[in-house]
Amino acid sequence: MSDIPTITINGKEIPARAGQTILDVAIENGIEIPNLCHDARLKPSGACRLCLVEVEGQKQPVTACTFEISEGLVVKTETDFIRRLRKTVLELLFYEHLGVCTTCDDNGDCKLQRYAYEYQLDDDVFQISTVNVAQENYTTGNEAIEYDPDKCIRCGRCIRICEEVQMDSALTFKDRAANIEVTTAFDIPLNDSTCELCGQCISTCPTGALYERQAKGKGQCKDILRTRTTCPYCGVGCQIDLNVNPKTNKIVRVTSEVGCIPNDGNLCAKGRFAMDFVASEKRLTCPLIKRNGEFEKATWDEATNFIAERLTKIKTQNGPDSIAGLSSAKCTNEDNYIFQKFIRAVIGTNNVDHCARLCHSSTVAGLARAFGSGAMTNSIDELKNSACIFIIGSNTSEAHPVIALSIKEAVARNGAKLIVADPRQIDIVRFAELHLSQKPGTDVALINAMMNVIISEKLLDSDFINDRTEGFDAMAEALKDFTPEKAEEITTVPAEKIRQAARIYAGALTATIVYSMGITQHTTGTDNVLSLANLSMLTGNLGKESTGVNPLRGQNNVQGACDIGALPNVYPGYQSVEDSAIRAKFEKAWAKELSGNKGLTVVEIFHAVETGDIKAIYIMGENPALSDPNLNRTRKALDMVDFLVVQDIFLSETAQYAEVVLPSFCFAEKDGTFTNTERRVQRVRKAVTPPAGARNDWEIVCEVATKMGYRMQYDGAETIMNEIASVTPIYGGISFDRIDSVGLQWPCTDKDHPGTKYLHKGKFTRGRGKFHPVEFKAPAEEPSDEYPFVLSTGRQLYQYHTGTMTRKSAVINQVSPTGYVEIHIEDAGKLGIADGDTVEVATIRGRVSTLAKVTRTIERGWLFMPFHFCEGPANMLTIDALDPTAKIPEYKVCAATIRKE
Amino acid sequence: MPTDTSQIGKTKTYRAQLLICAGTGCVSNRAFKVRDALVEEIKKQDLVEEVQVVATGCQGFCAQGPIIIVQPDGIFYQMLTVDDVHLLIEEHLVKGRPVEKLMYIPSKGKPPIPKLSDIAFFSKQRLIVLKNRGLIDPEKIDEYIARDGYQALAKVLTSMTPEQVIDEIKASGLRGRGGAGFSTGRKWELAREASGNGKYIICNADEGDPGAFMDRSVIESDPHAVLEGMLIGAYAIGSEYGYIYIREEYPLAMKRLHIAIDQAREYGLLGDDILGCGFNFDVSVHRGAGAFICGEETSLIASLEGRTPEPRIRPPFPAQSGLWGKPTNINNVETWTNVPAIINRGSEWFSSIGTESSKGTKVFSVVGKVTNTGLVEVPMGTTLREIVHDIGGGIPGGKRFKAVQTGGPSGGCIPESLLDLPIDYERLAEVGSIMGSGGLIVMDEETCMVDVARYFLDFLRSESCGKCTTCREGIAAMHDIVADICNGQGKPEHIGLLQDLAEAVKDASLCALGGTAPNPVLSTLRYFNDEYEAHIKDKKCPAGVCQALIKYSIDAEKCKGCTLCSKHCPEEAITGKTKEAHIIDEEKCIKCGACRESCKFEAVLVE
Repeated sequence: MSDIPTITINGKEIPARAGQTILDVAIENGIEIPNLCHDARLKPSGACRLCLVEVEGQKQPVTACTFEISEGLVVKTETDFIRRLRKTVLELLFYEHLGVCTTCDDNGDCKLQRYAYEYQLDDDVFQISTVNVAQENYTTGNEAIEYDPDKCIRCGRCIRICEEVQMDSALTFKDRAANIEVTTAFDIPLNDSTCELCGQCISTCPTGALYERQAKGKGQCKDILRTRTTCPYCGVGCQIDLNVNPKTNKIVRVTSEVGCIPNDGNLCAKGRFAMDFVASEKRLTCPLIKRNGEFEKATWDEATNFIAERLTKIKTQNGPDSIAGLSSAKCTNEDNYIFQKFIRAVIGTNNVDHCARLCHSSTVAGLARAFGSGAMTNSIDELKNSACIFIIGSNTSEAHPVIALSIKEAVARNGAKLIVADPRQIDIVRFAELHLSQKPGTDVALINAMMNVIISEKLLDSDFINDRTEGFDAMAEALKDFTPEKAEEITTVPAEKIRQAARIYAGALTATIVYSMGITQHTTGTDNVLSLANLSMLTGNLGKESTGVNPLRGQNNVQGACDIGALPNVYPGYQSVEDSAIRAKFEKAWAKELSGNKGLTVVEIFHAVETGDIKAIYIMGENPALSDPNLNRTRKALDMVDFLVVQDIFLSETAQYAEVVLPSFCFAEKDGTFTNTERRVQRVRKAVTPPAGARNDWEIVCEVATKMGYRMQYDGAETIMNEIASVTPIYGGISFDRIDSVGLQWPCTDKDHPGTKYLHKGKFTRGRGKFHPVEFKAPAEEPSDEYPFVLSTGRQLYQYHTGTMTRKSAVINQVSPTGYVEIHIEDAGKLGIADGDTVEVATIRGRVSTLAKVTRTIERGWLFMPFHFCEGPANMLTIDALDPTAKIPEYKVCAATIRKE
Repeated sequence: MPTDTSQIGKTKTYRAQLLICAGTGCVSNRAFKVRDALVEEIKKQDLVEEVQVVATGCQGFCAQGPIIIVQPDGIFYQMLTVDDVHLLIEEHLVKGRPVEKLMYIPSKGKPPIPKLSDIAFFSKQRLIVLKNRGLIDPEKIDEYIARDGYQALAKVLTSMTPEQVIDEIKASGLRGRGGAGFSTGRKWELAREASGNGKYIICNADEGDPGAFMDRSVIESDPHAVLEGMLIGAYAIGSEYGYIYIREEYPLAMKRLHIAIDQAREYGLLGDDILGCGFNFDVSVHRGAGAFICGEETSLIASLEGRTPEPRIRPPFPAQSGLWGKPTNINNVETWTNVPAIINRGSEWFSSIGTESSKGTKVFSVVGKVTNTGLVEVPMGTTLREIVHDIGGGIPGGKRFKAVQTGGPSGGCIPESLLDLPIDYERLAEVGSIMGSGGLIVMDEETCMVDVARYFLDFLRSESCGKCTTCREGIAAMHDIVADICNGQGKPEHIGLLQDLAEAVKDASLCALGGTAPNPVLSTLRYFNDEYEAHIKDKKCPAGVCQALIKYSIDAEKCKGCTLCSKHCPEEAITGKTKEAHIIDEEKCIKCGACRESCKFEAVLVE
């Protein structure tokens, strides 16, 4: 067989690829073969029998979706015989499909409806003898998903996607023959099943049998306008289509197109079901000015005049460095660019930072030192082909659910070996070859010991080390005594498991590291990152496909906000503010003299309020009153600061401290770009009309700037992006035209540059990769008699950040109503705590009341709290000790105690 | 219940042996009670040292159970009860006078036939698969070994390469007895050639056809033959582990399998280094939960893996990717059981039996309106007439033969005009039926062929797994149309609609279940179209079966007023005085037919 087999379809010769099915080839070549059980994400099943075609030499018709092509295959797709068969199949489907198009949400986007028309079905060839009456089924009582068995054609796609893509296996068929119906195993309610509410079942359903309960009756597909944009949750950057009913100006549902990059039509619970906030009645619609302790409505002119006057006065009296700005990882690149430009050029300080400080500043610091760039080295799509995936400190399936799908695919379909190092037995451990349950805050010890094994067992890549790196000998020397046994004492992970992990990682053809906040949010965050950089360079797992060091970014545009310079030490494109040549470039571009001093970081800004060094803070779209560590101290600072401006879509916990609150647009009302975790710059598009009275973030900032005497005016987001490209080399080739259908990955230096799939190919950004000897250091606060537990904080699947957006969703509120603290069943037993009890968790900094979640997935002596909830906020407890380099606080480790209330 | 071992010494010889059938049919006719009574009576008569009772596997003549063969005379006794035991022992074993009244009488007025070998039911059969039936105690490996058991295994392990074994099976012409009829040797060859280690073999004992009990009987009467076949197959394809997938509904077969496996392990015939030849193989028994679809090989494999039993598209075939994704060879019980005989006696001998394309014998379970129901093994090429009339003893009660259905619920119904059809895979397919796994149902003139189609569709519509549209909904739709016809709701256009639908289901279904499910419809439409016409046009059921289309009445001329019918009527619909003609109240009559069955004067009429 030749490499490019040629097949004949309906008399036309078509080149194909080995391994394709007839249906694959037909779809690629625009030949329509009707099909209902096919979804490119799934293994072919051949269940619906609609894609039957005739193949020369085959006694019987074959299903195009399952029949693999070979050289010289002759296929006929539209013979009378085949069309007759298909018509019978369709008639039989209508023998069970009792749906009525007139009231169905899918009207206008239903294949069954389309085929029924095309084949001109007689309405009642086979007369239905009994009509099912609507009855309770597994979705009854679930806010997200509803199943109508009368519309179900039993194609099994929902079950298959749950099993094959989501790998959750919540769904199955019950019964046999014509009685089969979709349900959960043992027919339990969906709410009690393993369902993760990803809604993938709805996305693949070819009829209206599975649908979003909240969308029912809110608009039929035939009347819906779809706008492609980027999901506002997490850093994966899923491409979503907002389905808007133009009559109501409301988002009816969220869909995603199979085949789109980077998510291939897959979404998680948040992306699919948590868009209620856009049309929330709690949206801000009018500027507010606090007078006598109460907010009063103000006009835009009043508000912006007031801000311009106050900021000008403070700047004049106390100098520009007495003002700080917090930009936003939730806003677009264009918003961030304007904001940092405003702080730098108008205020005249580098005191601009944002919440990346709290999540991945240690990544930026560590990877920049080791490699020269502080971003994910490789792409999401490469994960599925890795031979070994080492997840450390990332609860991937909860915090980055769609990336977790690629990891699951790598393991379950492609035979990759997964190692998970995490103190808790997180969900993705189900797929792991090895789970290392290290004590929180001991990552360096674990990684050093793995490297010790790799060196002593000669599993290292000497060629790579010699050709591409420097500093190996010093690092190797530092590791000499760091045996697995020594690490076992520190980490509690058995030495033998550490050896196994080292051998699996080093022995794989391609090995990739995936990490997140379990690594970064420590006083040793930069050290942790450097250790991972060491590990990957030691084994040559850099600069090629399906390898690398891959920090998963937590917020939709945290990568972009960093890229675009919402950081106190760099201009857009990581260009140092302390480099005079670069500063001169920006002074010229912005026609303004700029400060050459690094600014303050997030936590430092609040600490500087206490000392009186910071007098005013301008916050755009951040909520430090809930997200920052040691909240009592943060909130005191917010209270104390002379002048606080908050620009947001809701009156957040932080906004309540403000003098002036400015209502802004949310993502669904904006044009612009977000940059996802794999450095891909993607479009954000306006899908709904914003609430009257709110304004675009960048426009608000421009108005304030203009009123402060520096004219900032742009036609729109596209013009801003053009300016970004002109001053930011890594974004040099980005333009709205080029990223219209698929985003580009930076570095993309000019308009012909194709973007960069993976970094450091052939050469590191900094030239040679640099090994750093890293010593193990204990966390800032260790358990004591009074505070005997180690408390960690983090995310959970259904919530996002401080919950301002997710907690407006009925779906999310049903599945995740409030906060909790996880405690091991034995510890709970000793303390007389039962599952669901109200408990008080306390640290030296504060105490909160929450519910106990008694589990075996956490180790004895450790506690875990999600940080999304304003009732019982975990950050009342966390410590604001900082990593000395990156200034990231140690959210992941503090000493705590717990008792039943 | 195990045989009373106190009576048996391995080397002890007896004057006489009573071989009592302990197959499921005889056991449900209280064979064990008879066995216990025999043992008791032998003690009482002080014959313990002279007479041995042996419980054997199914002897096949199920209609006559419980049955006993007295050896060495070969006298055959039938329909025994506990009350017959004293007479049998006293007369035959003490006084030496065989008991005529307990012998088989071929038909009314004919003399009894004392010897098994003279009974037509047995004399026309040729036993390869069932060669040990009734002759050995299936719970004793020594008895199997004494009849050349495991000799074939020793032969292949010591003197044949796996390739030679495959060549021998290929040359024999053995084809899959599960129904599809694929060359067994070729199948083995594919599994052997498949790359990858950890290959599996599976014995399909998920016998789901209603009325079929071939596999059950083989396992119950000769479980070691199945194991030996699997061992040889495992050696040939290079597998070290096998599964026997058996219906939960076969407790006796399962028990005997477990005993056989334990004994084979004890004798070193299963496990590591079998017969010191370095060959390892072991097997475990997996119980099926009673889904018809599990007889289909890909569904069976899914079920074994703990998944929903649904068929999947082939390729890949199990030989390429089967159980747990490993190359897997799956054959049914009867196929495996043929293997030792082929090895022992050679492919030439085996291929000399049968027809051009179908070699060897086939086991059928003969049931329905036939005198001798039971299990028969005949050479391929035997005609349906020989099976129905000679072996089966024809239709009871002097009724007229109407049709025979072969191949289980998705087989076709073959009319009288084709009774001389010699049985083989291709000939059955030509007339619209299938070999299937060997079910054979005989129907007489009182069988309504439309109702037969409805009956099998009803079975299949609940046994379809529901995965593919045409099988799931197509069978249901065919059923609903046929049921309408039976209920007098038939319309002239139904026949064409049914024909088209049946063809579509046949052409478009995913697996063989859907592919063959239309056979009962297509074959009855083809051979018994007049019955459909009568139902639709005349609103009549000529066989008097379809309740909506029939009316019961009593012929006053013939009625003697015996009152039997009114006593049997469950609805008190029949009235009349003793010795006067009775009358049926149509309003109350539920058309159950109890009156007609009870009437000794054929006075109850159906129209």
